[in-house]
Amino acid sequence: MTGRILNALLVTALLLGLWQALVTLADLPPFILPGPVRVAKALWNNAELIGWHALVTLTEVLVGLAFGVALGVVTALQLAASPLARRLVKPALVLTQALPVFALAPILTLWLGYGLWSKVLMAVLIIYFPVTSAFFDGLMNTPRGWLDLAQSMQATRTQTLWRIRVPAALPALASGLRLSAVYAPIGAVIGEWVGASQGLGYLMLLANGRVKIDLMFAALAVLACLTLLLHVAVSRLCDRLTARMV
Amino acid sequence: MTAPALSLSGRATIDGSPLFGPVDLALEPGGWTCLLGPSGVGKSTLLRLIAGLRTGVDFAGQITQAGGPLDPASIAYMAQDDLLLPWRSVLGNVMLGAELRGQKGDRARAEQLLSNVGLGDHAGKRPAQISGGQRQRAALARTLMEDRPVVLLDEPFSALDARTRADMQDLSAGLLRGRTVLLVTHDPAEAARLGHRIYLMEKNGLHRLDPPPGTPLRAVDDPDLLSYQARLLQRLRHRAAP
Ligand SMILES: Nc1ncnc2c1ncn2[C@@H]1O[C@H](COP(=O)(O)OP(=O)(O)O)[C@@H](O)[C@H]1O
Ligand SMILES: [Mg+2]
Repeated sequence: MTGRILNALLVTALLLGLWQALVTLADLPPFILPGPVRVAKALWNNAELIGWHALVTLTEVLVGLAFGVALGVVTALQLAASPLARRLVKPALVLTQALPVFALAPILTLWLGYGLWSKVLMAVLIIYFPVTSAFFDGLMNTPRGWLDLAQSMQATRTQTLWRIRVPAALPALASGLRLSAVYAPIGAVIGEWVGASQGLGYLMLLANGRVKIDLMFAALAVLACLTLLLHVAVSRLCDRLTARMV
Repeated sequence: MTAPALSLSGRATIDGSPLFGPVDLALEPGGWTCLLGPSGVGKSTLLRLIAGLRTGVDFAGQITQAGGPLDPASIAYMAQDDLLLPWRSVLGNVMLGAELRGQKGDRARAEQLLSNVGLGDHAGKRPAQISGGQRQRAALARTLMEDRPVVLLDEPFSALDARTRADMQDLSAGLLRGRTVLLVTHDPAEAARLGHRIYLMEKNGLHRLDPPPGTPLRAVDDPDLLSYQARLLQRLRHRAAP
């Protein structure tokens, strides 16, 4: 564990060094690419501002995650439990994937306004399919032998679902969750770009418009850190979820 | 508990090409019937038909139990794979059946059965924490917990080492006494040792053989048993040659 952290720190330091070297050697003007020191200064000077916007984005992401995962889990359970639902819903679900979700962002803003909910819905739309399809695949791929055993025991369909198929599908659900932790911030930020008055995505556009490129990069760095932390937290949770399943 | 007679007669095809049959199989009521044969000949398919489980074959024929229709609720099933759920304790696995039916399980009885198969001290462990032989004993306890008059065993001992296998044969013969048991195996020694009735399944059909003298469980060092199983092995090898 400490080895991995050390490794990550080393790689980060190396990348920061390369970044600074590029800026210095190529003599890039700060309004194209500011060096890490400049960005760190911008971060320090605008800590309160960035922190506030980060909190907004984090809220959108977490609420989106909660709704998206809940919706995906319920859909997958419905699909797994009912052949009729599979026939009706599955084609529609696949069809929605033909639509680029990003293209919906202006419409969502139009309908839901500039506030929290258009971003939440954006995040939900992006993570809904990966969560649903990962969990559904897991539910439909229960090892044959367990189902035979359940059948020979005169198991009810409901009990088989809850006591065998769901636990056996948790590792598959976990891989869907890991993906969604990375996708949800993308959805929220795109929503902010299209129309918002707060959030890190909004702050980046604002800073860009005012040629405060160092502030823009500072916001980007915080966004990257948020996504990384979320990814680590969800991974930890998933590891604990699946540790009992093997 | 009265152990019923069970019989299957008919043929099976896969996509129109024959897998086996026509065959006639009659299980010894209250005893062990061993179905011996090389792999791929259709033994598991036959057992799964009797268990009422899904197979990839089309079966034409009939399966009867005590002269009437098959009653799946009177049949327990145990496979080569122990099929223990890794997220449950050994005890939880033994009590699985009742839970899957939405009933309350008899914990005291499950604990008793676990100690009967020598796993009394391992009830709280997870399947990954015990050995392969112990896992198969847990699967046996789970099968016994179902308390069905008919028990179908699909090569339950074949993944075990020789000593553990012999121990499991002893244990099973004792604990399943009086039930109608069908044991599918590819091991002539196992069939000879355990069978009240022995069938040999081959490409050209199903043959009922005279069992060796004496009643099961036969002693592993019984000279009659040893010569019988040697003849059985020779017959298997002879038939397998082109
Ligand atoms: N679901 C299925 N679909 C296609 N072929 C099958 C299926 N189940 C079994 N078979 C074929 O039937 C044959 C007999 O299988 P099985 O009953 O498992 O034999 P055994 O138990 O004697 O080894 C095998 O050759 C196998 O390929
Ligand atoms: Mg088989």
